[in-house]
Amino acid sequence: MKNGMKISLIEYDAGNLPSVERALARQSVETERAATPDSISAARVLILPGVGHFGQLMRTLGSRGLLEPIRRAISGGVPLLGICLGLQALFASSAEAPDDTGLSILPGTVSALPVTAKLPHMGWNQLRHVRPSALLEGLPANAYFYFAHSYAALEAGDSTTAICEHGIPFVAALERQNLFAVQFHPEKSGDAGARVLANFVAWASARNGA
Amino acid sequence: MTLARRIIPCLDTDGERVVKGVQFFNLRDAGDPAALAARYNREGADELVVLDIAASRDHRPTFLETIRRVAAELAIPLTAGGGVANVDEGRAILRSGADKLTVNTAALRRPQLLTELAAEFGSQAVVLAIDAKRVGNGWEAFVRGGRDSSGRDAVDWAIEGAERGAGEILLTSMDRDGTRSGFDLPLTETIAKRVTVPLIASGGADKPSDFLDVFEKGRADAALAASIFHDAVQELRELKCFLHSKGVPVRLSG
Repeated sequence: MKNGMKISLIEYDAGNLPSVERALARQSVETERAATPDSISAARVLILPGVGHFGQLMRTLGSRGLLEPIRRAISGGVPLLGICLGLQALFASSAEAPDDTGLSILPGTVSALPVTAKLPHMGWNQLRHVRPSALLEGLPANAYFYFAHSYAALEAGDSTTAICEHGIPFVAALERQNLFAVQFHPEKSGDAGARVLANFVAWASARNGA
Repeated sequence: MTLARRIIPCLDTDGERVVKGVQFFNLRDAGDPAALAARYNREGADELVVLDIAASRDHRPTFLETIRRVAAELAIPLTAGGGVANVDEGRAILRSGADKLTVNTAALRRPQLLTELAAEFGSQAVVLAIDAKRVGNGWEAFVRGGRDSSGRDAVDWAIEGAERGAGEILLTSMDRDGTRSGFDLPLTETIAKRVTVPLIASGGADKPSDFLDVFEKGRADAALAASIFHDAVQELRELKCFLHSKGVPVRLSG
């Protein structure tokens, strides 16, 4: 970002930080890793990347004291992009780990995709846009994005901006004020994914008065 | 809205350089992995696989550096493997920049490895590579880069592997590998019908119609090839346009 503002990537052991760092570096966006409560509290833009297991992620964020700082950042207006498991973590719970509690920014639970389709939902799929979206602006309706997951949010109310389908329709992208999340991996989705990241960076820059 | 069929170029390396053999042997040099990765990323590959077919312990740091160099060129998923025998070796591969890792010989020796890797990294990161060769009326899974038969039926092993936590199966027909005589459709279809995880077919690709066949008749979710792409016998975009014209869902844009 031109004014020297950096994007803070929330670090936990199972994440895929390097992929996201490389994708943002290609757009000349500066990043830093945020692994402590203080670094998250100080962040002006956050990304919660996600690969792995819902329960593992929530327990790691909990044991490092990161849950409250993340919730405070979101309620305080800091732009945050959740990716894949980072989208799922925003919900109250997940069928992947029924005993663990999510960030509970959004109500409801994350469900297992139906076994009638091949699982994981692995590969490139298209979206159905359901309402205008800052994140998906400028992307053709037939653009493909890379997915790799077996669980998904089936419902996010008015926050849903795009859905995808694999055996059952699910939330592929959502937006609510300063909160953004995608079930696919923009950092692995070629030019279309790069556009999503660029849209997020542009929105965050405008928000922060860059 | 349909999941696209994937086209996956594969870089078989000696840890450092891309090599290619016929039916797993007679290796020759086929280029720099990072340069090839950049080209395939640009030309519309859906994923990339990079394998260390030498898989010797001494060369492991070199291979990890190769993964880093390849990953730096990609805005698409990367799968890497070769000789992974435990969770720590798997972690080293993923930390170097791969999104998924393949396991083969070590999983046949100790199937529990698949469960351990899936528990640690998630099934979506664990690809079971099976080198299958026709033996009698069926196919057997071979180990050590195709040198020895494991004695395991390849179909049974694919089913067990998926049950134990593999999120994808990379199925190579040893009979077809490097022969450019088309994918092994009976082998691919037999396994695709029996497993609940995505199946990547490999070995024997030559013409665009081979890919059409492996998706339509072989029921593969993805098709992998090496030499036809390295040698520029087949241009990736041209192949995808052909498949699109035949009604196969493929990703045409970057």
